[in-house]
Order: sequence, then structure tokens, then C-alpha cells
Amino acid sequence: MNKLVFTLAIGAAALNAGPARSADQADQIIRGQYQAVLGDCAGCHTQAGGKPLAGGLPLETPFGMLVPPNITPDGETGIGNWSEADFRSMMKSGVGHNGVRLYPAMPYPAYTRMNDRDISDLWAYLTTVEPVSNKVEANQLPFPLNIRLAMLGWNVLNFTEASFQPDSSKSAEWNRGAYIVQGAGHCGTCHSPKSFLGADKDSEFLQGASLQGWFAPDITNNAQSGLGKWSQEDLVQYLKTGVNAHSIASGPMAEAIENSTSKMTDPDLKAVAVYLKSLGSDVDSVQPAKPDATRMATGEAIYRDNCSACHGGDGAGSGVLFPSLAGNSIVAQGSSETLARLVLAGSQAVHTADAPTTPAMPSLAWRLKDQEVADVLTYVRASWGNAAPAVSSDDVAAVRKGLTR
Amino acid sequence: MTKILPRKDVVIVGLGWTGSILAHELTDQGLDVVAIERGPWRDTATDFNIGYAQDELRYSIRRDLFLQPTVETMTVRNDPSQKALPMRDFGSFLPGNGVGGAGVHWNGHTWRFWDSDFQIKTNLTKKYGASRIADLQVEDWGVTGAEMEPYYDQFEYLAGISGKAGNIKGHLQEGGNPFEDPRSRDYPNPPMQMTYAPTLFAEVGRSIGLHPFPTPSANMSRAYVNPLGIAMGQCTYCGFCERFGCANYSKSSAQTTVLPVLMKKSNFEVRTDSEVLHVDLAPGGKSARGVTYVDTSGEEYFQPADLVLLCAYGLHNARLMMLSGIGKIYDPGSGEGTVGRNYCYQTNAGVQVFFDDKNFNPFIAAGALGQTIDDYNGDAFDHGALDFVGGAGINCIPTNGRPIGTRPTLPGTPKWGSAWKKATVEGYRSTLGYSSQGSSYATRNNYLDLDPTYKDRFGRPLMRMTFDFPDNDIRMSNYVCDRMEEIAKALGGKQYAVGRRKKGWDSVPYQSTHNTGGAIMGTDPKKSAVNTFLQSWDVPNVFVIGASAFPQNAGKNPTGTVGALAFRAADAIRNQYLRNPGAPLVQA
Repeated sequence: MNKLVFTLAIGAAALNAGPARSADQADQIIRGQYQAVLGDCAGCHTQAGGKPLAGGLPLETPFGMLVPPNITPDGETGIGNWSEADFRSMMKSGVGHNGVRLYPAMPYPAYTRMNDRDISDLWAYLTTVEPVSNKVEANQLPFPLNIRLAMLGWNVLNFTEASFQPDSSKSAEWNRGAYIVQGAGHCGTCHSPKSFLGADKDSEFLQGASLQGWFAPDITNNAQSGLGKWSQEDLVQYLKTGVNAHSIASGPMAEAIENSTSKMTDPDLKAVAVYLKSLGSDVDSVQPAKPDATRMATGEAIYRDNCSACHGGDGAGSGVLFPSLAGNSIVAQGSSETLARLVLAGSQAVHTADAPTTPAMPSLAWRLKDQEVADVLTYVRASWGNAAPAVSSDDVAAVRKGLTR
Repeated sequence: MTKILPRKDVVIVGLGWTGSILAHELTDQGLDVVAIERGPWRDTATDFNIGYAQDELRYSIRRDLFLQPTVETMTVRNDPSQKALPMRDFGSFLPGNGVGGAGVHWNGHTWRFWDSDFQIKTNLTKKYGASRIADLQVEDWGVTGAEMEPYYDQFEYLAGISGKAGNIKGHLQEGGNPFEDPRSRDYPNPPMQMTYAPTLFAEVGRSIGLHPFPTPSANMSRAYVNPLGIAMGQCTYCGFCERFGCANYSKSSAQTTVLPVLMKKSNFEVRTDSEVLHVDLAPGGKSARGVTYVDTSGEEYFQPADLVLLCAYGLHNARLMMLSGIGKIYDPGSGEGTVGRNYCYQTNAGVQVFFDDKNFNPFIAAGALGQTIDDYNGDAFDHGALDFVGGAGINCIPTNGRPIGTRPTLPGTPKWGSAWKKATVEGYRSTLGYSSQGSSYATRNNYLDLDPTYKDRFGRPLMRMTFDFPDNDIRMSNYVCDRMEEIAKALGGKQYAVGRRKKGWDSVPYQSTHNTGGAIMGTDPKKSAVNTFLQSWDVPNVFVIGASAFPQNAGKNPTGTVGALAFRAADAIRNQYLRNPGAPLVQA
């Protein structure tokens, strides 16, 4: 009798594990795959050339090193032993299987705004990914930060589980955009300034922040530093292709575009654009004082010799190949960190189906001294209608030091 | 111990223009393709960095991007009675190396050959009788101009050529080349803006009844996006094309027109710094099994593949066939054998006109920015009363004003010292140069084979080149030089100098890297190494793609025709060969 029950149990398990899933499940898995695109799971959890979601490259945080874990359904090294409830709890509150507390490098402070259906869909998709055995030592933080229980205190101070709060005075499109930006899209994880504890400063939501040697720019509608000069169409084109008349994506944003935004649906991209364009003030901020004429003249000479062949004597750039420097939002940021980095280290544009060229800015670190980089950037930031603050050689030296560390 | 690698559908030897085009087309077809490239990976931002891309000493004088003779050289001689000696330094021609091949450092002149070039033997025999070409070994290509037209069109749009059509579907176009064959549509980009020297040359040419037109150029006259979606930038007229990579994405190459898309395909892979030693044939020698290559650590690999494409430089294609036993090596004594047959070159000459009162600002330049006169090229003029066949394009294309190389001086000026310095200051801005690029027709004793004495670093015999300018070509070149003198007189400078081509080809001074033939295409397997789809007659799963397929060379740069032949071969593989892999497309 016992033997018979055992056999039946095996049979039932085999049926459950079999490939035949209902059409409803298939729809759910496909929806979940799109949630993984919105959330850019692969951006952190997949290594270039590696197996999908089997663990990513180490993340440098201001507090130390964290390695994105294996989130394939492998029982030993992935999340094969997790339940859907574990997964939901992790997304909503940062507390995963067996009560393990995650560090907020995993953007649960954003994912907490995702609704139950989207989280459930995402879970359904993740259970279908190829299981990969790959042991990842996620926590490489120094003591005492490596004690995960410390995150209990962090959460008490910095985190409240939340749901997305729609604004009934706004359109459905605006609300969809807000839901993506605040939730799965987790734009604020890079673009919002952080407190000394590493939490987003809500009062400066999406107004630009420094991380990992890049300055993620202001993406509110601010006319000077933000997206004020961009049309909705410009923004959609940028997120879809990595390039528009104002900018070419570089660094971490290039990766986000390649893995995530270029694969979003057109209506979702438009919704994101509608929402972002509604944030902040589009009033021109006070024009910074013009730098002194000597620095401008020096900067212009350096610009003509090193930059003008591609970016043009008038800073207008060329189509999808060479970004315009006039009105470029990277140029316009208060921080010159990304700009200095681009000049010193160079950068390659993202590859998308609609913009496959991947043009690259060459590294000029070997050629230009800190003072020369500072002078040419000062010139660029104060020319052709740009009005961003002057750059000091110390600013450039700090970026160079970060690159050669 | 040779490592055996997993099988691929296609292995491509060399990732330059033809390798990239074939790889792109065949990966689109769904095939799993690997390219094996002897030289390094090269891309614009890192290897043609704007900060040093225009280093004349490094790239032009020291030839940083080129094949070095320690890697592969060849022995040379002028006729079969001589003992050939190795070229210890490349001089007369400079083969490319690395990803992008010679397409990285070309000037960008992009021509179509004419129907009369393709059907040359039939055409010349009909017009002037067989005796006129009795001393030559010219052959028909086995294709017509009309058959080649769509493939030229494909290449020109891939590469964004700037030019002006002379003949669209039979209708002559004002300002284009009236001698060209009909084309289906105009060039994708308008001609480049002219500088003063070619403008003056064209005005004077027109005044004496000639038909100048803008040289078709692979330097972008405006920003362009090609059919693959890849964007190119407008040329800045910096004058650093030939021998240089372009820092501005303005000169067509594999890097700027194909690789950004190709490299992202999951069914494509390139292995750089890996030299193919030979193609491995199955017992019986009727089919290829793959290729054997060695990497820089000396490790040897066997890459099995169903289809082998030789896409190296033309001369290297011919040598790889000889080293692999694909086809029979040509013997000039018996006239038998096909591999190495009909090696041809280019028969060039030049004129300089010196002025007192003109400033040509030669530093405003681009590799293919200029004007051409085709009145004395190929079959454009009647040879009935003349003692030669063939012709030359007359090109006023001041490619650069680079400070080390551009030092025109009056004849009789000392070669060094203060008098030379003074003369170069006077001559730099006020000298106008133009040149004839002449056809090179095959003869029985101009050919390639394996050297009996000299070997490379792997112990393989070097290739031996036996070449001198045929008497016919020297007569042709002299005739065109006379016509160039007429232009010089009409230009009216204070003095002119003509550099005529003479017998006794010298491998030392640079002349042209337009080496053609050695694995020529045709309809007769006794006279050609490959059929008209560039498929080996002897080993049908090997295609040999490049200027190696030219039965003889026209008075034009070869790259346009090389690109068109690559597209034609790709079309034949996709739409014919793959239906019945391993079978000949043309029955011998």
C-alpha cells in the first residue's frame, strides 16, 4: 500500500515537472519575461558572455563589494529552493528565503512598488530559466557591514514597504510611466542622490547622482541640467536606440538600454517619457558666470585640435554618430564626473537594433593633462548655449585617479 | 599536436572586405561562421585614435598597419630565366594585415569595370583581330557588365560611395562619366566638394575636349547610414587615408560598414592573430575538410568546416591554394595549370606641373577626392590605328599634403640640403600632380608559383612572383603619357615633369597594391582556377574571393570589383550552392 502511494506521488511530481504548461501559464511566463526586461534583471545578474541570470559581475558600492547572485532555479546555488512567497517577500521588503536580509544594491526599495500580479508573473518566468550551477559569494562587504542583520536597522531607518500610489488627477499613461520609473524600472537607483547611508533622497528624486565613477544625470524636466530641452520623442528614441539628437548613451546607461529599455514596448517608453517630462521645474536656472577669457581661449584651442573633427566646430556633432555637445545633458550636469571620464577613458555607444553602429569616443588620457581636460571641458560647458560650471584640474585628477586605481 | 576544434558550417580565411561581406551574408542565411585572421583585431576608437591616427612617421613611413615581411614575404624576379630573391621589405606594393585588411588603409577610389573589360578577349578579337593580342594572355571573365551591375550597386550602397552617375539605365547624366556602363541608379552620396587642384584640372581638361568627372569615393561627402543601419560621418578632408585608418568613421571599410552588425551575431566568431597554414583536403583531394591554423603561442588547431572561403589578400589566396594542393600550379613552359596564372599589376605614370602663382593648399585633401578623365581608358577610345590595347584613367586626386611625404620639387633640384629645403617650400603649395592608372594585361611569363629555395617561418615555400611590364602595356602607358603632356601644356605652369613607366619592374619604390590574378575566374577549367562564382573547379567546397580572380587588371582601382564579386559569390552560395552543398555550380 505504501509502495503504491509512493509510486503515485512520483507520477504526480513527474506530471507537474513536465513541459506541458497551459496556455494561461505560457502567457504568464511571457508577461514575466517582460517584467524581467523592465527590471533589467540581466543587467546585474548576467555576466557578459555568461549564462543568463547565473550571477553577475561584482558591484562596487560605497560600502564595499557585492556580487549579484545566481537567480536561476538551481537548487544548490540558485533560487531553486525558494517559494513564490519567499520571492514576493524579497521583492517587497528585501527579506528572502530563510529570512536572509538583502542589501539594497538589490533595488527592492523600488521593486516594493511593483504589484502582486507583476511579481507573480516575474516569478513564473524565473522558474523557467535554465538552471545553472554557479556558486556566488554575494556578500563581500567588510565587517561589520557584512552582517546581514544590520540591514534590519537600515530598513527601519530608510525603508518602508510600499505599493505604487496612482495619481487619479493624471492620465493612465502618466501613471503607467510613474509605475515603471518608480517600480520595476528602478531609475532612482542610479539617478537619485543618496544619503550617507546609501538610501535614495526622496526630495531630490531623479535629480542626478554619482556612482561607480559615473554621474547619472538629472532626468527630471529641468531645462538646464535635465530633460527640459528634450521632446517626448527624443526621450523615447534615446531609450529605444541609445542615441538621439542630444546625446549618445554611455557607461551604465548604455548597458541599461541594451538589456532593458531598447526591449520595452513603444507605449511603455512613451509612458515613461510622459512621466519624466512632468517632473521638476522646466524653468531655466540661473546662468553660471562665464569663465575667464584666457581659460576659454585655451579650451577652444584644445577643442579645435582634439574634438572638432567629430563634434564639429560648432559643437553640433553629427546625427547618430557623434553626439552634439550643444545642449547635451551630460555636458550640462553640475558634476563634470562623467564628462571627464569620457574624455579620459573614452566610451563606446550601445548597440541596439535601430542604432547598430556603436561609435566610440577614443581615450585621450594619454594625450591631455588634467589641466587641459579641465580647460576644454570648461570651454565646452560654457559654449553654444551651454551654461554649466567651470571644471577644475582637481576635478579631473579625481576622475583619473579613480580610473587608474 | 594539433587540437581538433568543433565543426563549423563555414570557415573564412581573412577578415577584410570580402571576408566580412561573406560572413555577413552567410550568417544572415543562418550558417555558423568562423573567420580566422592572421593579424590583430582593430577598431576605430582604439586603433585609429584621433590623437595619433594621423602620425605620418608611424603609419606612412614605418607602415604600422601593414603586413611585415617577417610574417610573410615572397620572392621576385622579372623573367623566368632569373633567380628570384626574397623581398626583405615590401616596397612596390604593401599588403594589409589584421581585421579590415587593406580596406583599413586604402584611399577609397571605387570603380566599376566595364562590360568591355569583362568580355575583353571576345571584344578585342572582334574589333582588331586575334593577332593584335597574340603576345598577350588576356581572358574573358565569363560574366557581363549587366550581370555584375546589381552586385556593384550592393557594394556601393554598403560602402556609401560619393560620386556622380554618368549613365543611368542608358541615359547619359551631365557631370558623370560618359564612358561608364549603364547603372541602375545614382551613387548613394553626392560627389565630394572639390579642392582647387582637381577643379582646375577638370576645367582645363574640358577646354581641350576631354570629359572629367568626380572620382567615385569611399570618403563620405556627407553623413550616411548604410543598408545595414550602420552610420558613417562626413569626411573632414584631413588627407590621411592611404596607409592610415580613419579616426572619423568617414572612410568605408569592414570596420565602418559591416563589423558593428556582424560582431554582434551569435553565429559569428573571429579568431585573430591566427594564421591559416593550409586547407586540409579529404583523401582524393576533391573536397576540403577544414583548415589548419596556428596562433601566436605556436599552438596548432584543425578547424573542420563544410565550406572553406579563402578571403585573404589575392596573392595570399593564390599561395594558400598552392600550399594546399587545390588546383594545379601554372607552368609557363607548357602553359598548363591554373593556379598562379595571369598575375597582373597596374601600369602607372605621373605628371607634375609647377606654378609660380597658384596655391593649391594640398593639406585639404582626401584619399579619393579628385577628378578623373576616362577618355583614354580601356575601350573608351579606338585602338585601330594604335600599336597597343588597354588604357588608363587619368586621375587628379591630390590625396594628401602630408609633411614628410609631400615635397614636390622641380626637376634638377638636389635631393637634400638647403637648396632642397628651399625648393620644397616653394613647391609645396604650388604644384599640381596627376597620374595615369593603366591596365595590366596578362602574358604567358607573368605568373606566380612556389619558390624552390626560400621558405617562411613555418618551413613552407615562399611564393615566387615573376613579373615585368609587358611591351603592350608600356606602349599604352607612353601613349597616355603623351595625352597627359597635352593636359600639362594646357594647364600652363612654368614647367612640367613626366614620370614614364619603363620596362624592368622594380620591387623597391612604391607603385600600387593592385596585385591581381593567380586564381582567375572563367568558363574554362583548363585556363581558370575558379568558375564565374569564384568556386574552385577542383575542390567545389572551396571558394576563392578577391582580386585573385581577375583574369587581368583594368585601368582602375580593383576594390569596387572585389566587393561586387564578393556579393556575387555570396548570392551564389546562398541561393544555389546550399541547395546541393559540395556540388559544382558549373559543370566543367
